[in-house]
Amino acid sequence: MSNSLLISTRKGLMIYRRTPKGWKHKSTHFLGSPVSVALADAKGKTIIVALNLGHFGVKLHRSVDAGATWTELAPPQYPKVEGGEKDDKAPALKGIWALEWAGPDKPGALWCGTTPGGLFYSSNLGTTWALNDGLWTMPERQKWFGGGTEHPALHSICVDPRNSNHVAIAVSCGGARVTTDGGKTWNVGSQGMRAAFMPPDKQFDPDIQDAHMMVQCPAKPDVYWTQHHNGIFRSVDNLKSWHEITAPVSSFGFAVAVHPKDPNTAWFVPAKKDEDRYPVDGNVIVTRTKDGGKTFKVLKRGLPQGNAFDLVYRHGLAIDKTGKRLAMGSTTGSLWTTDNGGDAWKLVSSHLPPIYAVRFA
Amino acid sequence: MVQVHFTSHLRHVAPGGVVTAAGATIRGVLMDVSARHPALKTYILDDQDRLRVHIAVFLDNEHIRGPETMDHAVRPTSELYILQALSGG
Repeated sequence: MSNSLLISTRKGLMIYRRTPKGWKHKSTHFLGSPVSVALADAKGKTIIVALNLGHFGVKLHRSVDAGATWTELAPPQYPKVEGGEKDDKAPALKGIWALEWAGPDKPGALWCGTTPGGLFYSSNLGTTWALNDGLWTMPERQKWFGGGTEHPALHSICVDPRNSNHVAIAVSCGGARVTTDGGKTWNVGSQGMRAAFMPPDKQFDPDIQDAHMMVQCPAKPDVYWTQHHNGIFRSVDNLKSWHEITAPVSSFGFAVAVHPKDPNTAWFVPAKKDEDRYPVDGNVIVTRTKDGGKTFKVLKRGLPQGNAFDLVYRHGLAIDKTGKRLAMGSTTGSLWTTDNGGDAWKLVSSHLPPIYAVRFA
Repeated sequence: MVQVHFTSHLRHVAPGGVVTAAGATIRGVLMDVSARHPALKTYILDDQDRLRVHIAVFLDNEHIRGPETMDHAVRPTSELYILQALSGG
């Protein structure tokens, strides 16, 4: 099981280690600064951290010694446009919402998803970045719009373990897109998603879907799960189509995790939709299916029941390579882990800053 | 030469103390400083070289605001303060 956790919070990056006495705080980095997402390599030595400073913009830092020292990197930059210095609509980086390794055959290469909807690529551990032109210039991108943010947010990047040139991305609100040529061209990957809140003729438009989070099963990469604004969706045909699934308590939420070996097993953290956004009846629960969404079990052992306001953001639920250990962090600064697939959760801390992302390192 | 002061929150990327810079406008001054201190630039300007929304600029004791801020003329004897606004924290 993974014994290291990166916790991205409103007030810094916290690293937790599993000890014989449970999860313990190891170190804090960038204390006081909002950390939107962090990514580590398999050994936990190289860590890339994205900050979103309230006054001074998006920043990027890298450590190659497990956080002992940090180097500030130039963040991804949108290309300058003619007259952009006086044009409010000219694009500028608003936030980093996703960081993923580009594949084992591309050591040191990274994908980065941002608001306002751009995908960036770095071949050198984040030292330099290039905007992916194929996606940015795609005519359908003009249909994208913000969901919860002013601009579209590219939050999910799934690199196919069979072929690193096969990359799927999801956008809130812009549906899913997939490339099979390393990012030169992008095809629609959200056919079948439904947005009930849209006008009738637009409800199945794949380019406006508010996918909150999309994950791919590593052992069965044809299978994807998405927690969508409108509910839960699953694709079993490598993004050719999606079908909608209804879960108990609520199908609304942000986070989803899929079992690394079993494509039929997935976890969700439901909330009351949609402008309310708190646990239904104040009870924090996790829903888990083991049969591809036919049935769900409500998991609540160890989680607060009654008058709880913990919302789990899209990157706030993580699973390790065994599929037994998960971690979950909330907007009210609670952190839980489980070693039995969610049957029972253990509170690690209830007084962290608001948590944006958790990830096993 | 314009005298430029930066908020202490930018100490790790901005020059320490008062900096002298050339330029006929606030943009010109900030570009001149940024050219000599590249790490500073992305902290005060965005991808299109627009002033970040939550940066406050005081020129000769006047709070300069609005879309024309960067084009505001400065005098060779001007004093420019670059601060973090009280919004955006």
